[in-house]
This record gives sequence, C-alpha cells and structure tokens, in this order.
Amino acid sequence: MSTSIVSEPSGFALPQSQLNVIKWDIYFGFAVLAIGVIMGLGQALGYAHVNVVKYYPVVKSYYQGLTIHGVLNALVLTTAFANGFLALTTARGLGRKLNNALLQAAFWTLFVGSILAAYAMLAGKASVLYTFYPPLEADWTFYLGLALVVVSTWLTSAAQLFALRAWRKDHPGERVPLLAFMSIATYVMWDIASVGLAVEVVVFLLPWSLGLLPGVDPMLDRTLFWFTGHPIVYFWLLPIYVSWYGLIPKQAGGVLFSDTLTRVAFLLFILLVPVGFHHQFVDPGISGGLKFAVAGVTFAIFFPSLMTAFSVMYALEIAGRRRGGKGLVGWFFTIPWSDPSVAAQVLAMIAFLLGGISGLMNASYTMNMEIHNTAFIPGHFHLTIGCAVALSYMGIAYWLVPYFERRELWSRRLALFQAFLYFFGVMIFSRGLMAGGLEGMPRRTDMVHASYALAAWKIPGIMTGIGGTLMFTAAMLFFFILVMTKLAGKEIEPSDLPFTATVQAPPTVGWQPRLDRLGYWVLASLILVVAVYGPFILGHFPPRLTTAGLLYP
Amino acid sequence: MERYEKAFLTACAAVLVIFLCALGYGSVGMGVHLPSYSGMIYCDVGQKLRKVLRATPPFDHIGVQQIAPGKYQAVVIAQTWSFTPDEIDVPVDADVSFVATSSDVIHGFFIPGTRVNMMLIPGQVSEFDYRFTKPGEYLLICQEYCGRLHHTMSGKVVVK
Repeated sequence: MSTSIVSEPSGFALPQSQLNVIKWDIYFGFAVLAIGVIMGLGQALGYAHVNVVKYYPVVKSYYQGLTIHGVLNALVLTTAFANGFLALTTARGLGRKLNNALLQAAFWTLFVGSILAAYAMLAGKASVLYTFYPPLEADWTFYLGLALVVVSTWLTSAAQLFALRAWRKDHPGERVPLLAFMSIATYVMWDIASVGLAVEVVVFLLPWSLGLLPGVDPMLDRTLFWFTGHPIVYFWLLPIYVSWYGLIPKQAGGVLFSDTLTRVAFLLFILLVPVGFHHQFVDPGISGGLKFAVAGVTFAIFFPSLMTAFSVMYALEIAGRRRGGKGLVGWFFTIPWSDPSVAAQVLAMIAFLLGGISGLMNASYTMNMEIHNTAFIPGHFHLTIGCAVALSYMGIAYWLVPYFERRELWSRRLALFQAFLYFFGVMIFSRGLMAGGLEGMPRRTDMVHASYALAAWKIPGIMTGIGGTLMFTAAMLFFFILVMTKLAGKEIEPSDLPFTATVQAPPTVGWQPRLDRLGYWVLASLILVVAVYGPFILGHFPPRLTTAGLLYP
Repeated sequence: MERYEKAFLTACAAVLVIFLCALGYGSVGMGVHLPSYSGMIYCDVGQKLRKVLRATPPFDHIGVQQIAPGKYQAVVIAQTWSFTPDEIDVPVDADVSFVATSSDVIHGFFIPGTRVNMMLIPGQVSEFDYRFTKPGEYLLICQEYCGRLHHTMSGKVVVK
C-alpha cells in the first residue's frame, strides 16, 4: 500500500507572532465556554425543577442565563475556535504564514464584539436568546456586537484566501494541500451562508434598535436569520471534520483513504448552503411546495456527512488493524483508546451518529410537527454541537494546548476520564430532553416557574438535570486539566501538527484538479440560493414594517 | 477498496431517496399537512396591530363557531402572555380548524400530545385542522420564547 503525505511542507514552523494570535483565539473561546457552561447548568437543573439560577450573580432570569449560554457557546466560542484553528491548519497546510495583521484584526474584532454583546446581555438589555427573533428587541450594543463577530470570520477568510492566491503563484499546476483545502472551503461556505445574518442585523435590527427604522418585518427577518441559522451548524461542524479527516487518522496510527472523496464532501457543503427553511416548516407564510423542496435539499446535505462516516471510520479501521485488531469489529477496540485526544474525538463521532439521525427526523416535516420547539430539539443539538463539536474541541485541545505551550498534557488519565464523563453526561442529558420532547415538553421555558407541567415530563426532566450536572463537572475538569498543563506540565520539545497521509494521492491530471477551483462551486451554490430564496424574497419586497414589539423582554 | 466506497455511497443515496419518498407519501398520500399560508394582515407603522386585528375577519369574532355540521372554527389571538380566549371548547370527533395569529411578538400555539403545533407571527395568519378523537382537557401552551413571563402563557382545550 503506497501512501502519500497530504501536504509536503515538512518541517515548516509558524512564526511565534502568528502562533500567539491563534493561541489567543482558542483561549478566548475556552474562557467564554467556561461562562457558557455555568449558565447551562442552570438550564439543565431547571428541567429537574431545581432552581440554581437564583444564586447566580448578575443573572436575574432564566432567559437571561439562556441567552448568555446560547450566544457564548454557540456563536462566540465556535467563531473563536474556527478563526484560530482553521487559520492554523491553513497556514500549516500551505506551508506559509497568513497575513498576521488580518488575523490580529479578526481577534480584536471578535473580542470587542463579544464584549459589546456580553455587556448588553449582562445588563439585562438583550434577553432575546441566541435566535433574537424580532420583534423582540435588544439594545443596539447586542446587534453591533454580533455583527462584529461575523466580521471577524470574514477577516479570517480573507487571510486564508490571500495566502491561497500566493501559494498558487508559487506552485503552478499543483493540487491545493488537503488540510488547507478543507479549512479554506469551510470559510468559503460560511462566507455565503453568513450574508443572511449580516443583512438581518445591519440592514434591519441595528438601525431599528437605534431608532432609525420605525419597525421590522418579522417574517422576512426570521427567514434571513435561518438562511444563516442552518448552515451555521456546518460552520460549527466543519472545523471538526478538518480534524477528523486530516489529523485523527494520523493520531490513531492510520491513513485517510481517498483524497478526492474528502474534497467532494466539503464541496457539497458549499453547494448546499440554502437549507435553512426547514426551521420554518411550521411557519405560515411559506408555501408547502417550497417546504418539500427544502426538505429535499436538507436530505441531500446529509449525504456528505454519510461520506464522512465512511472515510473517517475506514481511516480508523486501518489504524485499528495496523495495531493488531482482527475481525469485523475487533479493530475498533485496538485504536489508541488510551490517548485522550483520540478517545474524546471518537466518542464525539459516536454522538454525532445519533445527532445526525435525530437531525434527519427534524428535517422530515411530517415528524417536525410533533417535535417543533419541544425539548427534543435541544436534545438533538446537544448531541451535535454540544457533544460532537464540543467534545472534539476538548480532544483537539489535548494536543493543541501542549503544542502551544510546549508542555506535556497534565494527567492523561484524568483527561481520559473527563472525555468519558462528558460523553455519558450528554447521553443522559439528551435522552432526557428527547424523551420529554416527544411528550410535548417545551424548550426554552423556565420550567421552575411554569404555570403548567405534565406528569410525563417529570422523569425526563430529572434525567436532563443529572446529565447536565455530569456535563458541567466534566467541563470544569477540562478547564482544570488545561490550567494544570500550563502551570505544571513537563516541558517538551516543539512538536508539529499530527498530519495524516492519504492512500490515494490527489491526481494532477483529468477532471479532479477542477475540484480545487472553488469559484465554480460558489457560483453553483449562488444559483441554488437564488432558486430557493429568490421567489420568497421577491414576494416580500418591499419589506412591510410593523411597529409591534417588545423592548428588553 | 474503491468498490466498497461506491457501494456505500450508492446505499446512502438510496436510503435518502427512500426517506424522501416516504415523506412525499406522508404528505400527499396520507394527507399530513403542515400549517400553511392563510393570508396576511398588514399593520403599517403608526397603527396598532391589536386594533387592526380586531377589525379584520375572522379576528373580529374570536372564539369557537360552528361553520358547518361537524365543522368548527376556533379563532385565537395570542399576545404577551396569554391566549384570547384561553379556553377553547370543541366537541369530540369534529373537524376543528384553528385560526390564530399574534398581536405583538412571535408566539407559538402547541397542544402537547397532538400535531397541533404552529408558529404565530405578527401579521401572518396560521391555520391548522385537527380532529380530537378522545374527550378530555388538553393543555395549550406557547412554545416560542416571548419574553419574561413566557412560561405562564397557557390555556386549555376542552373536548366534550
């Protein structure tokens, strides 16, 4: 079996100034996560009718805490991690540093944006949850903060694209190294997807909150939100796919099989951006035909994830067999389970299988009516973002923080325990929420003070509380391990990223080099966007503003 | 190995197509419909949506009305943080058409244990048909966050 290295810049080391920006992106993300999970504990226990939120400083209501939890964990942490991690993988993949001024600008934009949004949320002027549907109205600092968070991703994307252009000039006729290709494709997808949110915030919500617009168009703004709101989950997920495809096979001692299949999976995510209408299956102002068409697109976007399941599992199988695993499933037990970075991410993959299947249930609109806005939905996305993504962040941190700090991970055994504890915590938590959701237990509701409760919600609620407490404990262990690594880890020699090799190298002749021409795929995606969203936008133009609303709910 | 790759991907595509066909069969063959477009009520800047609603049919007559033998229409307005009316009485085994909207922010209209699950968006009319086959008292709740007392926004449907 001949293998080729994904990328050839062997021995390339990033300048310390660049590593510093990337490191602070990631550390800022983790700091924000720490606040987010403290809030999350309050929500999980709320379902078990235990009120801890009342002991929290500053936080005055369940919904204020929930807004902080969602905005920090789902918007700020994910952006900070992607900005840092995919800048690193792009630079390392291309073997050249990115424009440092752009990366620094991205960091500060994200930082200032997060502070503004945090101010609004802590002051109680933005308890609008992380979906902030108008006409619920927040303070302008909240909207400006979120806009800056989005701008930081565009700055990161620009830094990547400039580096790609320079690399192409130096390497005519060569294929873009896979690690860099995946990282750049993720941001290109996001560049298209983020336009909806940007328009909603900059054109409507920000002027409205400043008193420059007399009202909003709730249906149009909701649609613009979900234009971004669904593909955003791929912006959360794809940085993890970069690790699963590009790094994990190496960490586990295997290789990735097909370069082409990997590239196609990422391109499909760019192509299938317009899937967001499936969050509006039960909205009145959208026709049934459009809903069915979007269900089709949503099913299609499941395909690249199935491809990923094949490629990544196969890479792990190669690793397991090389390490002596035999039989149909024997290889699964011989992958290096004692490596916390590998164990955490393989557990994350298992969670993602369940998360993906429950996502397909949400996308089936006939089933959607049973579960729309019930606890089933957070049950689903705590398996995806709350476990597949979050636990992968933790697994990545277990080699990334030692890489930044040049120190050995402090207590591998504790890290391993942490990964399993978090995984089982999520399993119990999500099982509780889903079971409750099927019985009609609503999401986003202060159950402690609710004026109603059904008997069937009791046990699911208790499971949610127990699972959430385990997740919280595991998250706190994670931060403890990182801090101890920094303070007490054994010093080690500078290390490199765990690069994966592919069995089949990318051909430089035939049709395949065209896969690297991202422009074609962007164009195809835009055509699909116009086909799906065009008629709706035309029908809602000009926007009908309404003055109904609720300030600082 | 490329053979396995192709086989796996073909199988995946086939599974997704089968799912989609099932969905199509569910909505066309079995008549499982989503809440659909039932009109808009415009309220321009300067007008009060609440007042405009009360002057526009069917919201000028809120509550339950019989529209044909065995057919009822339940017209409901949602506002922070209540439903008007908050009790809906309908007979068992009758076709009930829920027609609802919101007069301020986005609300939900959800009867746990049934398929009645609508978003109520200001300016848009939501409609959903349902038949209760078991008598009893059903909980009606708002399932979309609508401000600080969202968790107190509920009502009931009494089926006799």
